[in-house]
Amino acid sequence: MSNPSQQALRNKVAIVGVGHTAYGNFPLQSDYGLGAEAFRNAIDDCGLDKSAIDGLLCCRVPNYVRMGQVLGLNPRWTVQLPAHGRMSGMAIIEATMALASGAADYVALIYANIGRSRRVNYGGEESAGFWDPWGMTSPGAAHALMFRMHMERYGTTTRQLAEVSVAIRHNASLNPAAVMRQPITVDDHENARRIVEPLGLLDYCLINDGAVCIILTTAERARDLKQTPVLVSGYGAQDSFSRSHISNFDEDFWYDELRAVADQAYGMAGVQRSDVDALMSYDNFSPTVLFSLEGLGFCERGESGAFVEGGTLALGGRLPTNTDGGHLSNSYMQGWALNVEAVRQLRGNCGERQVPDCEVVQYVGATPCCRSIIYTKG
Amino acid sequence: MAYDKPLPVIDELTRPFWDHAREHRLAVQRCNACDDLHFPPSPVCPVCLSSDQDWQRVSGAATLMSWARFHRAYWDGFRQSLPYDVCVVRLAEGPVLVSNFAGAPPASPHMGMALRVVFDDVTPEISLPRFEAASTAGQGDKRC
Repeated sequence: MSNPSQQALRNKVAIVGVGHTAYGNFPLQSDYGLGAEAFRNAIDDCGLDKSAIDGLLCCRVPNYVRMGQVLGLNPRWTVQLPAHGRMSGMAIIEATMALASGAADYVALIYANIGRSRRVNYGGEESAGFWDPWGMTSPGAAHALMFRMHMERYGTTTRQLAEVSVAIRHNASLNPAAVMRQPITVDDHENARRIVEPLGLLDYCLINDGAVCIILTTAERARDLKQTPVLVSGYGAQDSFSRSHISNFDEDFWYDELRAVADQAYGMAGVQRSDVDALMSYDNFSPTVLFSLEGLGFCERGESGAFVEGGTLALGGRLPTNTDGGHLSNSYMQGWALNVEAVRQLRGNCGERQVPDCEVVQYVGATPCCRSIIYTKG
Repeated sequence: MAYDKPLPVIDELTRPFWDHAREHRLAVQRCNACDDLHFPPSPVCPVCLSSDQDWQRVSGAATLMSWARFHRAYWDGFRQSLPYDVCVVRLAEGPVLVSNFAGAPPASPHMGMALRVVFDDVTPEISLPRFEAASTAGQGDKRC
């Protein structure tokens, strides 16, 4: 369960502004240009004067000083986070604590990614590691190794895994801004080019350029702004560095960490798992979603394959998940776009992909830094 | 043809491992203070933080945890080897290693299958430990 100090932060901080760029291939753009566009859109979204921003967090943006200079900001709280995909949940939790403690009154989180136009491979020479001589590289391969273990332990099949990609692509087909909108079938998934078996192309996230900005403030201040505030009602965190000697790989799929994170987040928010109207599950690779469902307790351990069969994760299904199309089909914004989608679902302005009566949305990232956040409508 | 796959970056911490491997001995780091065995090596013991660390030869017996088949070459040197397999093995002594199957992959690999180490002399300086089914007679390096 969450401790009393953490519980005291329930509903104390809100997301009040979200903004992003188009998602695609922008070789002529810089990180700072993309970040600035996302920031401008988030400022417009919440109706703040930018001079009110006194907290700045940059993620994957190369240099926070340059970012602040470009935007004309002089914050009193500044954080720089690395390019790793797991940072979005961490950033929102850090910002929540900064706002609750008074370290800042209005915080802007800016994430920019130009990996597509810079031809980032996510493996090989650009990410040298101890296991290179054996040919082991890339986060996708780590997930292939984990999914193989899931198949061996529980009898999970690639056709069950396909249900994740198929449902999330269906959701993307209802999102006009998504990069990949053409519906796919389980057979498409099975016939797709193998990358690292047992995973194939449709198990891998997209790689595209873009930027996201999220603006947060205290729940009190949020009342004076343009949009319905979205409250940070609960969160949970647990890292597992002592078992991280194979990058992005964990033989237990971070199960215990996700359990701990779920207990903290539900306890802090005072909601039940069954209250969750939509789940935003970090989907760098499709197996991560299965690991998240088991760790959070949406199904029993080992039963996620059966759980996702029949469109469970699609809009209209039992547990709408990654309603914007996630990393697999909407955009590779490393969790940031999923948190934006959580906000939009709770505001109720998702159009065709709106989850009816959406009141509780949960974000989760199953990585060596497990994080979950529970959002509710303010 | 020159060996064109990635070679290990050898530093003070990892040199003993590769020195042992060249002699076809599989070794992992051992903490002299608390006897913890760990790999890859660490500047201090991750259990007790002692800097008093040594290397211990292990049996070479392992079990298969997982495996995956690469159809994409992230290095040019692997292009001719596609598809190739990577496996994760748990040594009888505890540490978990990434490696490859020695030669052809086992006919029906499964989690928990018994393996044993064999060494592949890929350059005069570097020998890579790889693993084969423990039931395969006569193919292994008997020194392990």
